[in-house]
This record gives sequence, C-alpha cells and structure tokens, in this order.
Amino acid sequence: MQDSVIEVKDFRKIYGNLVAVDSISFDVKQGEIFGLLGPNGAGKTSTLESLEGLRAPDGGSLRVAGIDPVREPRKLRNLIGVQLQSASLPESITPDEAMKFFCACHQVSPRFDLLERLGLIEKRNSQFYELSAGQQRRLALALAVAHNPQVLFLDEPTAGLDVATRAELHDLMRELQTGGTTIILATHDMAEAEELSDRVAILLKGKIVNIGTPMEITATGAGRTKISVRTQDSSLFDADITFPAVSQHLSKNEYDIYFSSDIGPTVSAIIAHIESQEDTLIDLRVERPSLEDRFLEITANGVVL
Amino acid sequence: MNAFLYHFAFEFRTGIRNKQLLLMNYLFPLGFYLLLGFILGGINPRFREDIVPAMVVFAVLAATLLGIPDPLVNARENGIFRSYKINGVSSISILVIPALTTFLHLVIVATIITASAPLLFDSPLPLDWLNFTLVFVALAFACAGISVLIGVISPSSRVTVLWAQLVFIPSMIVGGLMMPYSMLPDTAGKIAQILPATHAMNAFNGLAMGRTADFSPWGSVIALFSSGILAFGLAVYLFSWDSRNTARRGHPSLALLSLLPYVVGIFWLS
Repeated sequence: MQDSVIEVKDFRKIYGNLVAVDSISFDVKQGEIFGLLGPNGAGKTSTLESLEGLRAPDGGSLRVAGIDPVREPRKLRNLIGVQLQSASLPESITPDEAMKFFCACHQVSPRFDLLERLGLIEKRNSQFYELSAGQQRRLALALAVAHNPQVLFLDEPTAGLDVATRAELHDLMRELQTGGTTIILATHDMAEAEELSDRVAILLKGKIVNIGTPMEITATGAGRTKISVRTQDSSLFDADITFPAVSQHLSKNEYDIYFSSDIGPTVSAIIAHIESQEDTLIDLRVERPSLEDRFLEITANGVVL
Repeated sequence: MNAFLYHFAFEFRTGIRNKQLLLMNYLFPLGFYLLLGFILGGINPRFREDIVPAMVVFAVLAATLLGIPDPLVNARENGIFRSYKINGVSSISILVIPALTTFLHLVIVATIITASAPLLFDSPLPLDWLNFTLVFVALAFACAGISVLIGVISPSSRVTVLWAQLVFIPSMIVGGLMMPYSMLPDTAGKIAQILPATHAMNAFNGLAMGRTADFSPWGSVIALFSSGILAFGLAVYLFSWDSRNTARRGHPSLALLSLLPYVVGIFWLS
C-alpha cells in the first residue's frame, strides 16, 4: 500500500433539504480495495458519483489520483473506470461495438480478450437488450476496466450474477489489485465486501459510522462468537453446566451451541469438561461474528458516531 | 476509427435495428408516400405535382420530430449520458450524432421518393437540383435542431410526444403538404409561417420546382437555417447529463427562441 489515491475531506452533498452526505472524510491507498457499505439512502451513491465527477460536492474537498473531479474532469476520465449500477448502454449496441467505442474514447485498442474472459465472446454481436442481466453487468465491467484505469469504481458489481461468474469477477478484481489498481466497491453484499475489501467504511444517514479492516470492524462490535460442539456421549447436554464468558446456550441437531464474548477461556473450559467426563470430541466449530452481523448491529442501532 | 466515427456508426445502425426508429425513418414515410400517392394522386391531380416536395417534407418531419427526441430522453433517463460523460463523450456528440445519422437515413428515403415518384405517379421532378438539395438540407437541419431541443427539455417520454406533436400535426394540416399555402385564410397563413414545413414547401416551390413562391423563398431558407442554428445552440446550452441533477443552465422555455426566425419572418417575408 502506497500513497492515498483518493482523499475525501469533510465532503457534503445536499439535495434540497436533505443532507445526503454529512461531512465525511476518508482516504484510500493505492492498490487497496475499499468497500463502501450502507443501507439504501446512506449516501454511498452520492459519494461515488461525486468522486466520479458526476456530481458537484456542496462542501469539503475530493481528490482522485491528485485530481479534483469537478474542476478537471478531462484529466480524470482516463484515470478512472466506472461500472455504474444501472446498465447504462444503448439498447441496440452490441458488445463488440461498445468495446470499440469505449476504447476509442480512451484512445486504447479494443480489449476483446476481456469479452472472452467474461464469457461474452459468443454474444459479441447480440444487441444489449438481448443480453441477460448478468451478461449486461459483465459487459459494463469489461468496458470499465478496458483502458486499465488507475482507480476503478464498482457499484454492486456482482448483483444478479451466478456463482461461477461472480467468482470470475472476484478473480479479475484481485488481479487488477495486484496490478496496482485501486478499487472502490459499493455493495450490499457483505460476504463479498468482507472477502474482497482491505478496508471498508459503513455509511449510515450520510455519516461514516465505522471504518477499518473487516476484521477490525467485526472486533469492535458486541458480537459474540458462536461455538458449536458435538461429542460422542453428549456430556455437554446438561443445561446446568456453565462456562466462562458464555451468554447463551442452545442444543440443536446433536450440537451444543455456545455464544461467547471471549472464546479462549470458553473453549478451554469446554474441552476440560469433555475430558473430565471421559467423553470424546467429534466436532468443534468456532464462527466469529461476520461483517454482516456487525453491519446489521450498527444499522439496527442507527448509531451515528 | 475514432470515437466519433464509432458512435456515428452504431447510431446509424440503430436507426435500422430499432423497430421504432425503422418505422419513423423508413416505413412510415414511405408507406404514407405510397398510400397518398395512389389515393390522393388519383383524386386530386394537383397533388401529383406536389408529391415529391410534400413527401420529402413529410419524411423529414416524421424522422426528426417523431424519431429523434424520444431516444434522447430515454438515454438520459437510463443513465446512458452519465456513462458517456464518464468516458469523455461530449454533449455536442450526443446531440449532433443522432441528427447526422437521421439525416443520412433521410437522404436514402428522399432519394427513393424522388426516384420513384415520376415512375409511380407521373410526378414532375425538381427543375433545380442544387436548390432542391439546399432546401432539403435546410429543412432537415431546422427540424433536427427542434427535435434535439425537444429531447433536451422534455422531462419524460410522454411530454416529448406532446411537444413533437405540437409541431408535427399543424405542419401536416397547414404546412402546405396537403393544402397549398395560398388557400389558407390570412390568420391561418400567419400561424403556418411559424412552422418549418411551410417555409420548406415555399422554398421548394420558389427555388426548385419552378413554381411561384407565396413569399420570399430565400427568406424561407434563411429562416430554416437560422432556426436550426438557434435550436442546436439552445440544445447545447440547456443540455443536462442527468435528470436527477437539478442544476440546469436555463429555463426550458428558452427553447421557444428557436422559433424566433419564423416569427420575424411573419413580419418581414412577403
């Protein structure tokens, strides 16, 4: 990770009486995948569109690759790639024509290899409206990355895609990251954000309520780790047994499930208990709170820091 | 090939691939031409003399007013302009390319009409081909300008249809296509002079078909070109990339300024 490629300082966006984004600040380092998370209306799209130069901020400052997106849009256009949320292409354009046209806009050779890689080569002469939703999204992504942008903005890139295509897109994103591309990812898919993002910011009511690595964010919550244990003689089945830091105990499908706020002492005590009862451990699973759990916790509380 | 040419090429193909545009560019004008030629040509011999200029004017009105604005509104509403903006496509390209591709389709249709009318309906050909071409270009330029302007100021497809029909229907009724300008009552004649179709028919008659113009034919050509320049200029000025972006440089009513040359013509052309 190198210098900041994106700098957002006290950014505000207002529509009439509605403050869509309220003085947020963050920066994104070169080569980072940065997730922008939040419920609908949290201010993700306003932030993205302002960084892309589509909207003017009502306060604060924005820099993308050292460029002010509002004042120097021409300089910005070859440095960024954008996959918009809606399929923003004319309905009668073919993938072949779109690739030639958009590459010509950036004065680079058409990247038909991307059409092949994203499974669009057989549809290269079909009109845009004839493509499935997944194919349209893949084409939008191919066009967004065709000119090797320094910064890539992805708005719900894998929405509506099948598992294989989604995995292919994730590989492509990691490959771009390895090549030094900075990626800003706005998504509702928490698993995707957790898997891909180096850091994420959670937006709520126009403010950043949490920012950090997915691990840091999940660690800051009141989330409890789920410990599922199965033994040969069901020695844990007794409801009266208590273990340190456990706040809840359930039994389900031959498993005893404990919710712990401190897994070390809990797991040690569980194993000690099994040994003391001369029982045999068959399975033990530890599931830390996911980013989705933490996100739901934050958005349900509606806490704005 | 540069981005402008790629853009032009796929927009031109869109005029044939898209069923609605195919209808407005080719099927409607040519179908109407054949229908009127066979029916009206038999009833009213005078119509046979007017069929070439009248049907060329009709083709221009249909392809521009009914064909250009709606795709522009849809492209803006569907975020296509935003995608273009991010990739560096200029607003001028967005507005000029549909006009140019429509013009190319119109050249094909006008050629079919002009070539077939003498054979099918025994209609006279233009006496002055250069002036015929000049008037055709002036009319296409003026109508494309108004159409692009309608596409820019309309907030939705429904409003687009309303504005386009406000020009198209009066043009059909009092624009000199079905009924000569000289037969109109004085007041109706003045109103008709606000329409590009009236000026085109007047200029075709006076400059290309060897007939007498009802008022200055060169004045009509100047009015058409002036209106086209104003309309394209206003379209560029009032253009917005995004319907959600409320910032607009001027009120949409400024679009009425594109009719100024015709209004001036009511008082100055005789």
